[in-house]
Amino acid sequence: MGWKRKDLIGMQDLEAGEITDVLDTAISMKEIAAREIKKVPTLRGKTVVNLFYESSTRTRTSFEIAGKWLSADVINFSASGSSADKGESLLDTARNIEAMSPDVVVVRHKASGAPALLARHLRCGVVNAGDGAHEHPTQALLDLMTIREKKGHLEGLNVTIVGDVTHSRVARSNIFGMRKMGITVTVAGPPTLIPPQCQELGVKVSHRLEEAIAHADVIMMLRLQHERMEGGFIPSIREYSRVWGLSLAKLKPCRPDVLIMHPGPVNRGVELSPEVADSPFSVILDQVANGVAVRMAVLYLLAGSKSA
Amino acid sequence: MSTREKAQVLDETGLDRALTRIAHEIVEQAGGGEDVALVGIKTRGVTLAERIAAKIAAIEGTKPSVGALDITLYRDDLGLKAEQPIVRTTEIGFPIKGRTVVLVDDVLFTGRTIRAAMDALMDLGRPRIIRLAVLVDRGHRELPIRPDYIGKNLPTSRRETVAVLLREHDGVDRVVIQEE
Amino acid sequence: MSLLIRNGRVVDPAGGTDAVADVWVAEGRIHKLGRGLKAPAGAEIIDATGKVVCPGFIDMHVHLREPGFEYKETIASGTRAAAAGGFTAVACMANTFPVNDNRAVTDYILARAKVEGVVRVYPIGAVTRNLEGTQLAEMAEQAEAGCVAFSDDGKCVMNAELYRRAMEYALPFGTPVISHAEDCQLAHGAPMNEGFVSTELGLSGQPGAAEDVMVARDIILAELTGAHLHVAHISTAGAVRLVREAKARGVRVTAEVTPHHLVLTDEAVRSYDPNCKMAPPLRTKRDVEACLEALVDGTIDCVATDHAPHATSEKEGEFAEAANGVVGLETAVPLLLDRLVRPGVLDLPTLVARLSTGPARLLNLPGGSLAPGAEADITILDLEQDFTVDPAAFHSRSRNTPFAGFTGRGAPWMTLVGGVKVTP
Repeated sequence: MGWKRKDLIGMQDLEAGEITDVLDTAISMKEIAAREIKKVPTLRGKTVVNLFYESSTRTRTSFEIAGKWLSADVINFSASGSSADKGESLLDTARNIEAMSPDVVVVRHKASGAPALLARHLRCGVVNAGDGAHEHPTQALLDLMTIREKKGHLEGLNVTIVGDVTHSRVARSNIFGMRKMGITVTVAGPPTLIPPQCQELGVKVSHRLEEAIAHADVIMMLRLQHERMEGGFIPSIREYSRVWGLSLAKLKPCRPDVLIMHPGPVNRGVELSPEVADSPFSVILDQVANGVAVRMAVLYLLAGSKSA
Repeated sequence: MSTREKAQVLDETGLDRALTRIAHEIVEQAGGGEDVALVGIKTRGVTLAERIAAKIAAIEGTKPSVGALDITLYRDDLGLKAEQPIVRTTEIGFPIKGRTVVLVDDVLFTGRTIRAAMDALMDLGRPRIIRLAVLVDRGHRELPIRPDYIGKNLPTSRRETVAVLLREHDGVDRVVIQEE
Repeated sequence: MSLLIRNGRVVDPAGGTDAVADVWVAEGRIHKLGRGLKAPAGAEIIDATGKVVCPGFIDMHVHLREPGFEYKETIASGTRAAAAGGFTAVACMANTFPVNDNRAVTDYILARAKVEGVVRVYPIGAVTRNLEGTQLAEMAEQAEAGCVAFSDDGKCVMNAELYRRAMEYALPFGTPVISHAEDCQLAHGAPMNEGFVSTELGLSGQPGAAEDVMVARDIILAELTGAHLHVAHISTAGAVRLVREAKARGVRVTAEVTPHHLVLTDEAVRSYDPNCKMAPPLRTKRDVEACLEALVDGTIDCVATDHAPHATSEKEGEFAEAANGVVGLETAVPLLLDRLVRPGVLDLPTLVARLSTGPARLLNLPGGSLAPGAEADITILDLEQDFTVDPAAFHSRSRNTPFAGFTGRGAPWMTLVGGVKVTP
């Protein structure tokens, strides 16, 4: 199809053909990880800035490796808090960085809409590494890559996403992306953690774990944050993990070839029992490996497309 | 932009003879002692490499290793095009170090593809020698690159294109000159 | 000093007039209305042929920001914006710095208005000290000083017992108590309306119920105390239904709606433009339709802009961090004329009533009438005037509007206060 975008802000903006392009390119990128010399000169001389307002070693490292394997110069900018906290507004920080002529800025921020704001104001490409509860497109892309790798195709599969959908950008990006690729999505969780009118996103909604995972080809577990208990969304972590956590026993009635996925980091004993996390059903480590490949593909596609 | 065929420079028989001759030349230069591997440059270079390898097998009794090289990530014109070219996968299932590698491509033109291929190959290991086999050399070099085995020398003008059609991809075996 | 406004379409809901007539102004008051009036020699003639002559519009919900936030707006710039927007009077809210919770600040505002105000300024005093919601403000002295109503607007008085006492205490002054209805826990500071848009955008949403719950509570307290409750910036179908039912029962409740809650829905937030962030937030299409219906049938008594100026730096950047509020004085009348009157949703005399007679009656103000003897506060409209909203051209100090670039037809043409032209 050909990638013509300056930025990658969300799965909602992409067409199915563009998603396929990224996944196909990522396969070629994955081969580089198997080499002894993990480097290609493709982005030599390009500068990638990681602007991370939320601390995240994993995603940031993944982007860093991706950039470096493509021979780009990767700079890490850890800004903490928001405009209000540190005095310098988001736009001012971005303008300052732009004055140093980066080719791509990868941004993670707790405010939904922040990458879109930057993309409007910056000449260089912007990659959304997670904005509030809105989108985390590279996560959804690596999830789709993993599923396609294991199942051979995407269309017609049943995926169940379990957990705190309301506060999850991983859930939203996956819902948007999966639907475009012809996947049937079910979300499952206590009503307090499923957002209003969720079914209008084109998903089935379930409040019973057993029924939601019975026919799933893929079960994606979302991370539960401890703040949810304080916010009155769930009474206790203990009860949540008993009712909504996955154990080998709960997996017994499921398809024998079911995949268990998790965006990480896993709260062992909460979302997944340790046995499930370490079982052959789990493809969590494949997700991580594919993360680097997908991010290489995204940087390759964006760094090349000129808006000038 | 429509192209029209101007002339056929190789028919099926001519193409086959050229590949046979290249195979003999490779075997002769190797002298029986060298461990030659063929690496085709995607996409049609790979097909030609497979054919040459089959011919060498018929001559020597053993088939040399064949690999496929995608040079997209090593191109020197990325970022100058409107969109990024599609990346395909490199598949070289044998060690490069210390080997004699013969790069195989269909048409040699400016030489930039071969430059990229050499860089890609070096990132995978250190070959002892790299040689180059091309089906057609159409001139207009922009870099100091010269082929070791040539199927046919074909002087062309810049306006022309040389198309190599192969049974496995296009249903026929022929080489034609086209003009816009 | 005489002034003759000749040949305009005079729309005076209080007097039941909607006809072409002349208006004779003498010594700052309406002298006579009639056809073919002969003005005395030396009178200024204003040819209002093709224009609409109305009682001066009153915006009963404006934040003038002075004292304390002069970088956003001052009494001078805010009243200039009002005059440009066709308003002859504004009532200004108490969330200044210091808060207008005592007569000293009220006196200050009135003194500044006298010197620098371009239109009439009526201060609204705070209900609780420093808007903290724990102790009553000195409402008796404030009323004496000239406050026309009381409100903690910007915040909701969450303590029902205290709010009941406030309503009782304010009774003798004849001043309405204006409620900013927002249950802070249900709303939990969410930056937009809870609904499908907030679900898709991954932004925290506050349900319409956060407003409805407080409107219900305040209506019951008004019933209990006999106070006049006025609901500020009503925005939900639920709240409208509660007000309608309460009025039918005879409760002394009135309500106002902002132009932005009549023209925009939460879909506007998809742009993440902080100029679409205000409290209460933009609601759904269903809520907008309910408010329009209520404005037509009188359940909503008036339109008030909730003019809330903020500096550019406070309205750019992350949506969730931006200050709440949009300016409205200079966009209200053109938008109402173009989006409500022109398509026939609301007829012109009713709109004029909602902008003049309604607020005047609610706040017991002189004004809202062109009867002989009334102060000559007059708004003249040009229904054929094309407009484009250009924030750079605002008279207000601030530019935070969601309507930048909007176009339409119908605009204020001339504003007079006490017979004097004040249009900047």
